[in-house]
Amino acid sequence: MHSHVTVAGVDLLADFCGALFHEADRVLLVADLHLEKGSSFARRGLMLPPYDTAATLAKLAAVVMRTRPRLVVALGDSFHDRAGATRMGEADRAALHGLQAGRDWLWLAGNHDPAPPAGLAGDTAEDWHLGPLTLRHEPAPGASPGEIAGHLHPVAIVAGAGSAVRRRCFVSDGARCIMPAFGAYAGGLNFRHPAFAGLLKDGRRIAHALGRDRVYAIPESRCLAGA
Amino acid sequence: MREVLDRSPVPASPEAPPAALPPAFLSWFAGRGWAPRPHQMALLGHAEAGRSALLIAPTGAGKTLAGFLPSLVELSSDPKRRPGLHTLYVSPLKALSVDVARNLDAPVAEMSLPIRIETRTGDTSASKRQRQRRDPPDILLTTPEQIALLLANPKARDMFAGLKRIVLDELHALVTSKRGDLLALDLARLRRLAPGVQTVGLSATVREPRELVAYLHGRDDALPAVVTAPEGAAAHITMLDTKERLPWAGHSARHALKEIYDEIRRVKLALLFVNTRFQAEQLFWDLWRINADNLPIALHHGSLDVGQRRKVEDAMAEGRLKAVVATATLDLGIDWGDVDLVVNVGAPKGASRLIQRIGRANHRLDEASRAILVPANRFEVLECRAAITAAAQGAQDTAAPRSGALDVLAQHVLGMACAEPFDADAFFGEVTDAAPYADLPREDFDRAVQFVAHGGYALQAYERFAKIRQTKEGLWRVSNGKVAQQYRMNVGTIVAAAMLKVRLVRGRTAGTTAAGVPMATGPIGRGGRVLGQVEDGFLETLLPGDTFLFGGEILALQAIVDDEALCARVSGTEPKIPSYAGSKFPLTTYLADQVRAMTSDPHSFDLPDQVEDWLDLQKLKSALPPKDAMLVETFPRGGRHYLIAYAFEGRLAHQTLGMLLSRRMERAKLRPMGFVANDYAIAVWSHGDVGARIAKGLVTLEELFDEDMLGDDLESWLDESSMMKRTFRICATISGLIERRHPGREKTGRQMTVSTNLVYDVLRRHEPDHLLLKAARDDAATGLLDLKRLGELLSRIRGRILHKPLRKISPLAVPIMLEIGREPVYGEAEDAVLADAADVLLEEAYGDDDSGQTEGAGRGQTRRHRTHA
Repeated sequence: MHSHVTVAGVDLLADFCGALFHEADRVLLVADLHLEKGSSFARRGLMLPPYDTAATLAKLAAVVMRTRPRLVVALGDSFHDRAGATRMGEADRAALHGLQAGRDWLWLAGNHDPAPPAGLAGDTAEDWHLGPLTLRHEPAPGASPGEIAGHLHPVAIVAGAGSAVRRRCFVSDGARCIMPAFGAYAGGLNFRHPAFAGLLKDGRRIAHALGRDRVYAIPESRCLAGA
Repeated sequence: MREVLDRSPVPASPEAPPAALPPAFLSWFAGRGWAPRPHQMALLGHAEAGRSALLIAPTGAGKTLAGFLPSLVELSSDPKRRPGLHTLYVSPLKALSVDVARNLDAPVAEMSLPIRIETRTGDTSASKRQRQRRDPPDILLTTPEQIALLLANPKARDMFAGLKRIVLDELHALVTSKRGDLLALDLARLRRLAPGVQTVGLSATVREPRELVAYLHGRDDALPAVVTAPEGAAAHITMLDTKERLPWAGHSARHALKEIYDEIRRVKLALLFVNTRFQAEQLFWDLWRINADNLPIALHHGSLDVGQRRKVEDAMAEGRLKAVVATATLDLGIDWGDVDLVVNVGAPKGASRLIQRIGRANHRLDEASRAILVPANRFEVLECRAAITAAAQGAQDTAAPRSGALDVLAQHVLGMACAEPFDADAFFGEVTDAAPYADLPREDFDRAVQFVAHGGYALQAYERFAKIRQTKEGLWRVSNGKVAQQYRMNVGTIVAAAMLKVRLVRGRTAGTTAAGVPMATGPIGRGGRVLGQVEDGFLETLLPGDTFLFGGEILALQAIVDDEALCARVSGTEPKIPSYAGSKFPLTTYLADQVRAMTSDPHSFDLPDQVEDWLDLQKLKSALPPKDAMLVETFPRGGRHYLIAYAFEGRLAHQTLGMLLSRRMERAKLRPMGFVANDYAIAVWSHGDVGARIAKGLVTLEELFDEDMLGDDLESWLDESSMMKRTFRICATISGLIERRHPGREKTGRQMTVSTNLVYDVLRRHEPDHLLLKAARDDAATGLLDLKRLGELLSRIRGRILHKPLRKISPLAVPIMLEIGREPVYGEAEDAVLADAADVLLEEAYGDDDSGQTEGAGRGQTRRHRTHA
């Protein structure tokens, strides 16, 4: 069901939904929820189905049920824009409230949502430390051992016969990990794109690609470049 | 698209009243040694009687002049008329508009007629377009998209109020697509802005002229007349009688290369048509390898840079070329110079398609065009023979009329709201006056309006962001000016695949791979020339260093940077990525019927000996596919069990059948591993022994091929079908749910774009009845999934399956078996690709140490849904 990802000697479980679980401390990490992306587009006249927040929260609820975390950390861009939290519908708000009940919740700041979400429970911070691990939204440039970040929305593209398979993935090199975007409408960027350059050791990168019900650890050499 | 064969005569049409040409025109004709042709005079007579008309005429019959003659006469004989737009000419190609403008200029100038003629396309400058709205010409030559834009303007009513005539060129080509839907809606609006406006359709020969008449016919107007010009000399079509061994499979026709080359040598100018860009590249490459005489042979297809294409067209017109290898993209009515031979390489796929292709190449009416068909494999021999017979009989298999697409309707609703506020009842009446929407249910119309307003979702979350709103009087109007701007950016029904530019670079080639391909090691220079563009889906499957054919040379992919594929030229050997793709069109049901008739009784047809021998052997070893039943063979091979069904319904319907049949076999515990489809058959292979299970009565073919597979199996497959997702993306773009990609201005960053695949997943789960899913499903029924044809097959073969359990592969099964391993993967099989890639990691990176291993991804624990031979 999951794959083990090691970051700075810490063993984490990569769940096929795109969350990381620190089993020993019972901390669940998710990145780039992009809640209310649908309504953010609707403001501009692009009426995307208004179900993305519900879909994202349902997926989050499922992994919370599976892992029973003590603390959930959302690594930034939890809302697609600054006003996102205020546009949330009643049902979605209640669902989120239910998820937060009985556990701690930490919203890290992202570039889309630099300020704390209005009217929601949970603590807020720029970044956070968990043993040797540093959690933050945007990966710091250059090497940064122990860092777990989001922001880049990595996907891996794997060649099949006659076509390629494109999936969201965690990317790690043992020292650091970039998490996949969790949100239902969040797009993706090939982890071999130059935007990832210098963050992880070339040639040592492993893509933990999200399958239907498990995570597949795939060496960089089997992943395609390209769009 | 469905087509039905029908040779019923053209409906009784009113006789054209006699008409007379003004003296200036008569002397112009006489001065050139011409006389007006009867069909030209007939159109003039109908026009003077105020009647719309459809002209069916072959290329070279003076069709365009016939269409314009009434307007020229009327405009020249009424000097007191108020200036303004009199005639609108619409063609599917902007190149054609420009061409026609040139051809019209001559008579207008020579007779000194006081008539202003202008073109308006996407290339027309903004200032000229603005001026044309303020001060329109007498005759405007334009495209469906430009008409939509003009109609969406608040001043549309003034601009079109005096419109007298609309000429629709290449109507047979326009009506078969969503573009035809959009144009029909625009016609309905034009009839309201200019009551009594005449419509004139110009068309090649079609199966059913009545359908085109219906398209031209406004419900308040008299029935349009049909004028048929005499056909030109019948084309002389033969099949290449190859001395070589006919291939079993493939689409390259390489076996006949030398023979094709010899034909080229003998003529003045040969046009070589192929079905796809890949085939064009391959044929061009192959021909140059044996081009000992250094004949000027050129390449022309839609992916090449425009400048390059223009050069080829000019060289052709000037008679500097001996042969041109081309896809069918640019052949609509363009003048080509003196083509004296058409070679069609590969299967024609449709009888009408073939005839139109050949007919267009010949611009001299009285001389027969000469055409040679070169089948690339044995099944294509049957198809070519059937097409030749159809051409001789004048049989047509053009597509049946469309039912109007809902995504196009949504686009039109927004456009009309931009023009002026509308009343829903009146607008519904107008929309149903467009032929493709004549049967549109009111409920679908209302849902389209809701969709445009705020997405039309059951969860009404977006009312406050609505794009159109009802006024106190109940009229729908746009909420603000930005909406109209958004509409203008999105207009049109052509949704291009995401393309990457192919740029030639030198790169720093500090080494070569084992295959001798230079590899870039340092930063790659980006200054090179752009050769053209390719779908990014194609390049996505390549690794750096992989080589492929483009623009007639072998390129090695160096890197993909932003929207460009940087490639270096390499010389020498075969390209690594083969170009095997066949036609994107499935063969028509008419040709499929004819092919079935041949396989059931090969000796009644004139077939090459090799093909007769092949079918005779099939009869001996298994059975010939009967005309009115489906042959299914089962046999073991290489530790797997194969099921081959000869359905003859075209590749698209077969692919869908393959997906659904696999699911069914899965449930019957037959453990299917994969399938492959071509135009004639599908092959499914499995662990389970299908033949033995059938013999024991544990499963029946009737169950496996039961029509109810189009129920739940289909629904669950649609969740993951990549073809359905592609269809949905097109609907989402046309309907305005997402913004259209505009080449060159895509630097918005990934967080600003949205993947329609993700939207599709969410919408299917939360609101499966939504209008856009209905639109996508309607498209899929006739488009990429060809569900309609699959449904017809399943009902046709009910109780009529001929099962032949065999001990080994049959002669007829060889072609489809050779296709195995060349097909893309779908659905669940995608996970198998990931698992295969993960296995490498286990073996290479981790060895025996299982720490950090991906749980459960070891070989053998993953069920392979497909394997590749």
